[in-house]
Amino acid sequence: MSQSHRIGGGQIDRTQPLNFTFDGKSFVGHPGDTLASALLANGVQLMGRSFKYHRPRGPLSAGSEEPNALVELRSGARQEPNTRATVAELFDGLQARSQNRWPSLAYDALSINDRLNSFFTAGFYYKTFMWPAAFWEKLYEPIIRRAAGLGSMSRLEDPDDYDKGFLHCDLLIIGAGPAGLMAALTAGRAGLRVVLADEDFRMGGRLNAETYAVGDHSGADWATAVQSELVSLPNVRLMTRTTVVGAFDHGIYSAVERVSDHLPTPLAGKPRQTLWRIYTAHALLTGGATERPIPFENNDRPGIMLAGSLRAYANRWGVAAGDRVAIFTNNDDGLRSATDLQSKGVDVVAVIDSREGGTLLPGIRHLRGAQVIDSAGRLGLKSITVRGPNGKVETISANALGVSGGWNPNVNITSHHRSRPDWRDDIAAFVPGSGGPANLHCAGAAAGHMSTHAALKSGAEAARHIAESMGKQAPYVLPVAEDAPVQITPLWYVPGGKGRAWIDQQNDVTVKDIKLAHQENFTSVEHMKRYTTLGMATDQGKTGNVIGLALMAELTGQSIPATGTTIYRPPYTPVAMGALAGRSRGKEFKPFRLTPSHKWAAEQGAIFVEVGNWLRTQWLPRPGETTWRQSVDREVLQTRKSVGICDVTTLGKIDIQGTDAGLFLDRVYANTFSTLPVGKCRYGLMLREDGMVFDDGTTARMAEHEYVMTTTTANAVTVFRHLEFCRQCLWPDLDVQLISTTEAWAQYSVAGPNARNLLAKLVDQDISDAAFPYMGAGNITVCGGLRARLFRISFSGELAYEIAVPTRYGDALIRKLVEVGAEFDAVVYGTETLGVMRIEKGHVAGGELNGQSSALNMGLGKMVSKKKDSIGMAMTLREGLNQPGGLRLVGVRPVDPAASISAGSHFLPLGAAPTAENDGGWLTSKVFSPHLGCDIALGYLKAGDQKIGTRMRAVNFLTQVDTEVEIVSPHFFDPEGERLRA
Amino acid sequence: MIINHPILGPRDAQEFVYLGDASLINRPDGLTASPAEMHDYVYLRDNPAGLHRELWYHEQGDRSWLVVTRNTVTHEITKVEMARDVARSMGRSK
Repeated sequence: MSQSHRIGGGQIDRTQPLNFTFDGKSFVGHPGDTLASALLANGVQLMGRSFKYHRPRGPLSAGSEEPNALVELRSGARQEPNTRATVAELFDGLQARSQNRWPSLAYDALSINDRLNSFFTAGFYYKTFMWPAAFWEKLYEPIIRRAAGLGSMSRLEDPDDYDKGFLHCDLLIIGAGPAGLMAALTAGRAGLRVVLADEDFRMGGRLNAETYAVGDHSGADWATAVQSELVSLPNVRLMTRTTVVGAFDHGIYSAVERVSDHLPTPLAGKPRQTLWRIYTAHALLTGGATERPIPFENNDRPGIMLAGSLRAYANRWGVAAGDRVAIFTNNDDGLRSATDLQSKGVDVVAVIDSREGGTLLPGIRHLRGAQVIDSAGRLGLKSITVRGPNGKVETISANALGVSGGWNPNVNITSHHRSRPDWRDDIAAFVPGSGGPANLHCAGAAAGHMSTHAALKSGAEAARHIAESMGKQAPYVLPVAEDAPVQITPLWYVPGGKGRAWIDQQNDVTVKDIKLAHQENFTSVEHMKRYTTLGMATDQGKTGNVIGLALMAELTGQSIPATGTTIYRPPYTPVAMGALAGRSRGKEFKPFRLTPSHKWAAEQGAIFVEVGNWLRTQWLPRPGETTWRQSVDREVLQTRKSVGICDVTTLGKIDIQGTDAGLFLDRVYANTFSTLPVGKCRYGLMLREDGMVFDDGTTARMAEHEYVMTTTTANAVTVFRHLEFCRQCLWPDLDVQLISTTEAWAQYSVAGPNARNLLAKLVDQDISDAAFPYMGAGNITVCGGLRARLFRISFSGELAYEIAVPTRYGDALIRKLVEVGAEFDAVVYGTETLGVMRIEKGHVAGGELNGQSSALNMGLGKMVSKKKDSIGMAMTLREGLNQPGGLRLVGVRPVDPAASISAGSHFLPLGAAPTAENDGGWLTSKVFSPHLGCDIALGYLKAGDQKIGTRMRAVNFLTQVDTEVEIVSPHFFDPEGERLRA
Repeated sequence: MIINHPILGPRDAQEFVYLGDASLINRPDGLTASPAEMHDYVYLRDNPAGLHRELWYHEQGDRSWLVVTRNTVTHEITKVEMARDVARSMGRSK
């Protein structure tokens, strides 16, 4: 059975065989074939099973509108489900498999659904699985999902690369048929920067599928000649295998280029696909038109396809889809399929023309005023039943039927900005409406210019118009081409059948379903679509939607334009997730920022944690430690006993300079900074304008007009943005300049009783308590002259410093600190230990800085200066934030030191029922304090300031931990602050 | 979208961060404003279907705050100004 259905002609290279398999069976095709054309050439019509009823299906079309012939391509990690056989380019060794069938394509167990079809009508799921509600998630949904899927995923990582690309042009032409090619030629010769994109692997569009002449050439040869000239123009870029999938704002289009889909594996260094973002001054849609079928009973059998596709397989691919072919049409274009096939020697058994009267085709059995009312053949068409003008019914033996219900211009992209298409009675189709994307023009069949001459002319005219608008002359000469008018008498479906007539073959939506939707009052097009799922499959109803609308129009007694259309949205055809992801995979999906001590810490076997984009050391296990708590307890105790070192580079750092820098800080911080002496730092509290705490940190005055602000790690970017807003938008004439220096300095905290002794070994200047007191700040040098900054600040409650050196010395400094620190048994600690020590000290951090808490809630109400205006000050005063009994920051410890408490717990009075009325607040942060030997926590408690010393319950209903706790001051450790002033 | 930056020319909107209504420039003085005035500044925004003046920040660029006049229905941008100039024209200074 080697290419039994291959006939003469076509644009395939017959000298070169390509071997491929379908469901394990070997076949031969040729370069230029699609999988569908090659299978048809080998006599294979059955290519898939339908979504819901598991009906046997073959290709309906020869292009990207295909609803039926969805197959799985390749194997292993490159396995790709739901690929349209009609656009899959054949290559040697291609493996394809049918899907949605078990155990085989010819015998599918779930085709029982087809027999049960009276249950599976529109709204079936909505009506059937309503009750009991609890069954939905556990029972119904899993069963439905298992039964309904089409292809399957490999669940392996895609081995190929996907890329993103950016293009700029004067004119993007979407579609390289006669209109697109003529437009590209006209604009290209005029010197415009042109991008011509076509989804096909061969430019020419319908010219490749037709037998018309253009000028002195065949259409296909004319297309090839135009392409050669375009290739020679340096200002024109030709992109085949490239689908423009969406129109976005301001002339931006996205396009997917299938760079390597036609190859077994991508060439070295080449991506599988590229997602292009194309910036255009103008775009021209020349995307052609898509034929629509005429639904009749059992119109979905393999072998029944669109008439224009039947002719495309014959003309372009040299394939006769059957050896006894019939045509069913309501328009003149369908007749062309009959004459083309007949001239190729294919037996055209009948043309069933639904129109009355008119001229008969010579030499063909042409039945006028007739309709196809049924078909037979379980796995492939065997015969059709025809009702003649006098009502006489006859059965005609045929194994292929071409159906033409007219052509729909491909208006999709013009609707991407919500413009709705306009109806044209003369061609019985929608054409692009007004109000589409700015500077998007339309030509050719996409604009309703259906003849070859009209396509060429409208393409050239559009290009000339665009060129002239850009100040360029663009003369053109049109080649002679056919100019047949559209002759159509709409027939939207064949009435009277008892069985099912398919409108949307991919989602198994039938004429009956639309009638049911109407009967149940889902008559608006948007309701009809969602109730029946018409047009909601991956083909987005390219062949079925207009038929559904026309049917609803008839049922409601409205006109088609009054019934309206749903809105087309991007993408025009399905886009692989890989193309959308591009290079953003694995570690490129979310790159980490590494701290200056990262390399050293990794060498030590540190455990890292993600903090925003940063990776920070979480703890550093030592040999023999088997749990994280052992490491953290050691780090805390060692720091409090002698000295600990921690990388704090991730905190945001902002240099603030200018004669108004102090005034600026007074306005962005709730407390005052203009009075801060040079060489000192101060804790700053930053509010949002609504009075909630935004951020905190220390800010140092390095010189009269120079401050260095630190922010939390999380808010480094947003604080900087906010400061720029204040500087530019609120007080535009303040003399103040900002720059982020987060990346410029490597900064380490050195904390503990021996912090000064350790640093004294590195710092070139005197840092005794007298020379460098608590909250001191200054420029220093280390290790004999390296410029550095030193801040005597403490987050841990210990005598502590933060030392900063230019980032490139960060690795050297951590190594030096560890080396010099050996004498003091210095420990390097991570974020867990940082957290333990700050909670022991009662400092607020992430859990407390939750965006819903005011300074008063945090016990910092007095820090908000009322003597000056600052961001958030005014709103801090509002009544609601100053009610007695509001939330206050408290410390919490279990009454039984051995008991544990759970973060997120809610406070309840002892003996009170766990109701919302009795809720007293919640626990924000919790750690085990090795210093106190028990769990400790911070929390927000209603009237917490008056409840110090009382007992409550801390209850977590998620972890089922219910602990009796004592409310204490949040300062668990050294409340007088003697250690940090040491 | 493309924003025509007054200094840098047309730039992709992905380079910018959006804040909202440009009325945020018109901040009352916190020491003298009435609570109602402050409340309106902080919480009340117009939400027009049509022309909207809004603040965009060129975070991936030169850090300029811009006032962009954009049609919220069509996304057409009819005017782009430096926010600092707008603030000065509204009488804001130090």
